[in-house]
Order: sequence, then structure tokens, then C-alpha cells
Amino acid sequence: MAMNSPAALLAKVQPFRGPCMTASTLDSTPAIELVGIDKRFGPVHANKNIHLAVAKGSIHGIIGENGAGKSTLMSILYGFYHADSGQILVDGKAIRITDSQTAIQAGIGMVHQHFMLVENFSVLENVMLGVEGGALLKGGETAVRLALQQIEREYGLDVDPDAIIEELPVGKQQRVEILKALYRGAEVLILDEPTGVLTPAEADHLFKMLAQLKAQGKTVILITHKLREIMAITDTVSVMRRGEIVATRKTAETTMPELAELMVGRRVLLRVEKSEAKPGPVVLSVENLTVKDGRGVTMVDNVSFEVRAGEIVGIAGVAGNGQSELLEAIAGIRKASSGRIIMNGEPVDRNGRIDPALLRKKGLAHVPEDRHHMGLVLSFEENENAILGYQDDPKYLKGPFLDIDAIRKDAMEKIEKYDIRPADPRLKTANFSGGNQQKIVLAREIERDPACLLVGQPTRGVDIGAIEFIHKRLVALRDQGKAILLVSVELDEIRSLSDRILVMFAGTIVGEPDSHADEQEIGLMMAGIGREAAE
Amino acid sequence: MSVPLGTLPRWVNFGLLPLINVAVAFALSGLVVLFIGENPIEAVKYLVAGALGDGEGIAFTLYYATNFIFTGLAVAVAFHGGLFNIGGEGQVYLGGLGVAFAALTLDRYMPWYVTAVFATAAAFAFGAAWAFIPAWLQAKRGSHIVITTIMFNFIAAALMVYLLVNVIKQPGNMSPQTRLFEEGGQLPKLGWLMQVFGLDIGAAPFNVSFLIALVAALAVWLLIWRTRFGYEIRTMGTNATAAVYAGIPYVKTVVITMLISGGLSGMMALNPVMGDAGKLQIDFPAGAGFVGIAVALMGRSHPVGIIIASILFGVLYQGGAALAFDMPNISREVIILIQGLVILFAGALEHMFRPALIVLFAPKPKSVAASSAGAA
Repeated sequence: MAMNSPAALLAKVQPFRGPCMTASTLDSTPAIELVGIDKRFGPVHANKNIHLAVAKGSIHGIIGENGAGKSTLMSILYGFYHADSGQILVDGKAIRITDSQTAIQAGIGMVHQHFMLVENFSVLENVMLGVEGGALLKGGETAVRLALQQIEREYGLDVDPDAIIEELPVGKQQRVEILKALYRGAEVLILDEPTGVLTPAEADHLFKMLAQLKAQGKTVILITHKLREIMAITDTVSVMRRGEIVATRKTAETTMPELAELMVGRRVLLRVEKSEAKPGPVVLSVENLTVKDGRGVTMVDNVSFEVRAGEIVGIAGVAGNGQSELLEAIAGIRKASSGRIIMNGEPVDRNGRIDPALLRKKGLAHVPEDRHHMGLVLSFEENENAILGYQDDPKYLKGPFLDIDAIRKDAMEKIEKYDIRPADPRLKTANFSGGNQQKIVLAREIERDPACLLVGQPTRGVDIGAIEFIHKRLVALRDQGKAILLVSVELDEIRSLSDRILVMFAGTIVGEPDSHADEQEIGLMMAGIGREAAE
Repeated sequence: MSVPLGTLPRWVNFGLLPLINVAVAFALSGLVVLFIGENPIEAVKYLVAGALGDGEGIAFTLYYATNFIFTGLAVAVAFHGGLFNIGGEGQVYLGGLGVAFAALTLDRYMPWYVTAVFATAAAFAFGAAWAFIPAWLQAKRGSHIVITTIMFNFIAAALMVYLLVNVIKQPGNMSPQTRLFEEGGQLPKLGWLMQVFGLDIGAAPFNVSFLIALVAALAVWLLIWRTRFGYEIRTMGTNATAAVYAGIPYVKTVVITMLISGGLSGMMALNPVMGDAGKLQIDFPAGAGFVGIAVALMGRSHPVGIIIASILFGVLYQGGAALAFDMPNISREVIILIQGLVILFAGALEHMFRPALIVLFAPKPKSVAASSAGAA
């Protein structure tokens, strides 16, 4: 019942809003028009003379590889950056957007890839943040509560206003971001990679909401690198490549392969090509592992499995079901409360404590899920990040000192091998795009020639060209006879890469579906339904 | 073309910006002087003449700067590791105890350079030891180091008064201080260095510890940017999660970083104790531990910046003393107020003028420059 209610609401509301949509599509002034937007960051020409018109009441997709300039363009529209030249027209009127405040006044709202919510505030408090309406909260609260009810009725955004943000699932947190924007009177809603953190079901729900917003006459700009989303939801799509808009198409008149080719500038393979796995001896063995979080809640519950040389084992699951904790426990970052981790027949823990440095020496490499907070130090130069975790390797040292020349040379070799752009080992890591940052981490971990590689969300926020590259690298590593444990919330990724799939739900492994199992079957297991059926 | 993201040219970032900050601080100080009823231009003349006008003034300025280099480096090392060591004052004080032990033990038997080696080691060890407990509490128990180090300043002060009054005071002397060190326990003055520039050191206590401070600055630069441990300190200081991921042991890194920081603070004691007074006295750190925080902030935690900032504060100290002497209306408190304004603008409000400077100096693409020129 609870799961059906938003859909039911949608069905109820839609007929009423029909005329509204027609009215807005008749209005030919674009909701947003960008004229000749140009932006450089030093040597990087992030946006080159961008012309873009977004029709009112439409869903306009912007697709492009990481570093293509999508986020920069939207940041200019939202006032985070200033264009070096060019004009922004909202409803046909040229305006100067100096900061996010003026953007909001102009009716532009943004839902960021990383949410901007106060975690220990309630939904209500988050929505009213910045628009409290006076020194005393009481009046503002009532006003916001009423407005929220109104918005919820109109758009089917079903969120309890008194729920605490950190207790909400990610999909609902995102809805709060949308609520925030709507409460501030957004007519144009920009969503930056909105499905990166969502389950397939949550993503579907999001798309229904976006359709609803469109029906109400709102304009939606959807930034994504996922072709499927573009095809599913948008009316128009603009493709960006290297800072330019290379094409704008009616979605109905284009195809996925055409868009992919436009994005990357060449033909791309949308499927991973790999041969049958030839599993060797067991490399990594996890026995009865239990992990608790800081509050004592069991996140991983008595999990056992093995990863053999020459195979990729994928762990599927909805985010937050213990996969992250499992990966961190194996990598020695999180302490396990019980259980053993055995590599090549030897236990790797010392008195229950695993030392990441020791693990690396034993041939375990780790591409963490969160490259910004764990895999990289963003304020460091690229070459400094290329040795993170391996800083005690003698080949980077000269006596007590770092061998700067060797480190930079080594970094340059990896840059060339992994086509990391820009090819400057002295550039600050924060100045690389997400895909290139991920390549820095992958290059560092894979080039150590590890016996076992742990990979978390290898392609989160990474563009198609880079995804193809990363997937090929992982398969090549497998074919060299290495053991790979893959954790990803992208079911497509798990299915196309893994030789064996384990499904995690609520901290336990609920099943090992056949590698040819279809999406629906795995999806049911991810929702914990497979287990109940089995019992 | 090759300027990276959103940055100013180096000369603006490291030259013009601090200069503007200091200029604004001085302008406000000028208003204060005006309010008191003195002529600010005259005041500046006295201040500059007192600090830099003759050999003796310069030597005094550098003597004060020596103190600030040590404590500035100490704050900077901890800061790179994400630790805010406010305990410089106490660490200096304990460092003085180490210096005094070495000097009192060896001064009658050894030449100064032998004593100096032991005194330096003792100063470092005592300063480091005083930083150890806060460091350990931070690393093991998560007790915030800002709180513990500042508390340890008070403990240090009380401990030293106790020791000086009850334990190591020279018998028969009214004031709480040790006996005067013999020649083997005193650092030679740097009169010869001043003479190279044709200047006379006069009565200034400018001594060998200045050179030790410069060596320490070089050593800190090497440590932070050229050693593996420095890399680990910086990783921990900028991204603690990445440090865990990289297998950098938190407890060990925190403790060693703080030992180095405390040790550098402790070394400062060489200058006033062995280089100037020739005895251990009460209250000898005189706030230099705190000035180190401002110096490290202003010097962007870089040894070169710290040396420059230390000299600026040396000028303020020496010139301020001269000013207070020459203009009786301007009391010691007003001098402290001026120093406070410099700390405020150079340290705390460091980025106030940055946005304006970015508008003026940040590199712009040619096309826009051309179009705006066309518009004009």
C-alpha cells in the first residue's frame, strides 16, 4: 500500500494537469537561454561559446563525459561560477546571476549530486533553512508546513516533514532537495547526476516525479551520463564534448548509439566483452565476518565467501545494506567485531586488527567507494596521490627523503598508460574531473600488480568513455589471474562484469543468483524478497 | 596561460596580499595613535628607526625574530598535521629547563659549542616531552589538543615557578632564577655577522641561535615536503580518512608530529636563556609561544613565510619598544594593540582582500580582455 500510494496519487493528479501542460508548451519563449557562455580555468577551456535554449515545460537532458563541462555550465547558471563572457536569459530577459541567491530569485533551483542537507535536522528545518522568516521559528515553521503539504499534494512528493534527514533513505533525501527548490519557487529545476546514489526503484520514482513536475509546467534540466535515463525521460537532449555542445536532438529522434558516439567522438561498446572465467585457487576468503558501526548496529552479519584467482565476484545490493562496511572491513579500514579474513591461506589480521599497510604488502589493493574522501587527498598534486598508501615503497624513497623525480616520473607513466587528462602530474588533484580522478586511483592500485583487488563503485560519476576503459582494465586484470571483489550499486555493472554474483541484503548474503539471472530476479533478492521465498 | 585554477600570480599571493594586510593594520594603528594625540607619521618614523635604523636596532629585531621563527615553525609543523598546538608557551618554558640543566652541568668544563649541542638536544627533548601528554591524549582518547595544550601552558608556568623558587634557585638570591652560566654555557653574539654588513651590534643579544633557527627552518621544509613522514603528516592533516585508507598509523603520526612541534618550541629557549640572559629566569618566554601562532598563520605555515613574518614581528617588538620610549604617550599597551591589529589583519582576516585582488589580477582569457578593451 505504502509503495503504491505515490503512483496512485500520480494517476489521480495527472488528468487535472493536462491543460496546464498544453498552455506551457504553447509559450515559445525558452525558460532558460544561454548565449555564448564561455569559461576558462587557467589552461582549461571548460565551456566554449555555449548556446542553449531550454523550452518551458520540458525535460532537457545534458549528457556528456566527465570533464565535458556539464557541471561547469550548470554552476554558471546557478551562480557558483561567473562566465568569462556570454549572457543568461531567463524567460527571455537577460539577467546577471552573481550567486545562488540571485539564481533562486530568478526561479532556478538546483539539486546537487552531493546533497546540501543538514543531516541532523528534520525535513522541515532543512526546507526552511535560509528562509526562516524571522527571528522566531514558530511562524516560519507553520508557513513551511502548510506550503509543504500543498507541494506534496501537487507533486506527489511523499516525505514526512518531521523525519530526521540522516534517518531517511537516500531517495527521500533527494526528494527533500527537490522540496527545498520548489518551496523557494523554482520554475526551473536542475538535477546534477540525480540517480548516482539511487536504486533502480528509487530512480523510477524520481522519474515519475519529474514527469509530474513537467506536467505542472516546470522546466527540468537533467545532467547525466546515463544514456538510458536520457532516453527514458527527456524531451530534448544536448550532448557536450570537451566544453562544447556538439549536438542537440529531440530525444524521440535519436538513439543510444548515436548519443554515445556524439559524447565520446567515436564508436563505443556499450557492453563489456569478456571470455569465460578460468577460476584458480582461492585468494581471498572471508569467514563469518561481522561488522558493527559506531552505534553498535550490526552492518555485516556473519558473512562468508571466497574469491578465486581469475574471477570477478560482484556484490549486488541496494546502497546501505552492508556492502560498504564489508569492503572497508576487508580493506582493514573498519574493525570487524568477529570473523576472519584469509588471503592466500594466511590470516591477515593481527589480534583482530587489520593494518591497511600490511594488507598492501600482502598484495591486496583497494579502490575505495568514495574517492573524494578516502581514495585521494584532493589538495595534493596528482603525483602525490599516485603514491598514497605506497609511500613506504623503497622505489619512491631516497634514504629518508622522498625521491621526487622518481615519483613524478612514475606518475607520468601512469598518466600516459591510463590516458589521464590533463597530463600534468603537478596539477592539483581537485582540478581533475571525476573520471580522471577515478583513473588516478585505479592506476595507482592496479599498477601494483595486486593478487586481489577490492573495487567499490568503480564508475560512480564516471563518463561512458572512462567506464568502458575501466571495465576493460578490470577484465584484463582478471584475465591475468587476479582475484577481484566488486561492490557496486549499478546492477548493470555487476551483471556485465561479474563471473559470480552475491546479493547482500540487511547485512547478510541472501543468495548467489545464476550469472545469467535476469535483472528482476536479482532485484527481488536485493529487496530481500528472494530470501523470504526460500525460507 | 599556465596559471592553475582560480589562483593569483605568486607575487600577488605571497607579496602584495600580505603587504596590503599589513598596510591596513598600520593605517588603523595610525588612527589609534592620532586618537591618543600623537602624530602617526612621527610614530612610524620612531618605530622604523628603532627597529631598523642602526646596527643595534636591527640586531635586536633579529633577536626577537629568532624566538618567533622557532615557535612559528612549531605551530606550522603541527598545523600541517591538522593539529593546532597552542601550547608553545609552555613548551618553550620547559625547553628552558632543559637548556638550564645542560648549561649548569657543562658550562665549567666544556666550550660553548659542546654545551650548545647538549643544550639544543635537551631543549628539544623537554619541549617535546611537554607536548607528549596532550599528543597522547589526543591520539588515544580524542581529547582536543587545543584544550589540552593551552591547559598545559598553565601547568608549565606553575611548575616552573615551583622549580625556580624551591629547587633550582641560586641560594642566597632574592629573585627566582638560576646562577649565571659561565662562558661555556653562553652562546656567542653575532657581532661578526653584523660587521660583514658594516653594522655595529651594540648591546643587542643577537646570537648564534639565529643561525640554529635558520637551520631548523630548512629542516622543517625538508621534513614536510621531502620526507615520507612529512607526506604522512600532510595526508593526515588534509584528509584523515585518506590517511586511514593509506595505512598511516594515526596514533604514531599524531604523537611524533606533536613531539617535533613541541621540540621546536623548546628550542626557542636557547635564544633568551643561553643567548641572552645566561640564566634561567621566571617568565622568560614572554608570550613568544603565542606570537608563533600568528607568525605561522601569516607565513602560511611555510618556513620562508615564517622567517619573513618573524622579522616583521621582530620589527614590531623592537620598534614598539623604541616608540614607547620616544613617545611616552604611547604606552606599552598601545604597542600591544598595534601588534594585535597586525595579527588580526595578517592572520585572522588574511583572505579579506583576496576576492578584490582576484578581480584585479586573476588571469583572464584573451577574448574577454579584447572585448572589454573594445567596450572601453
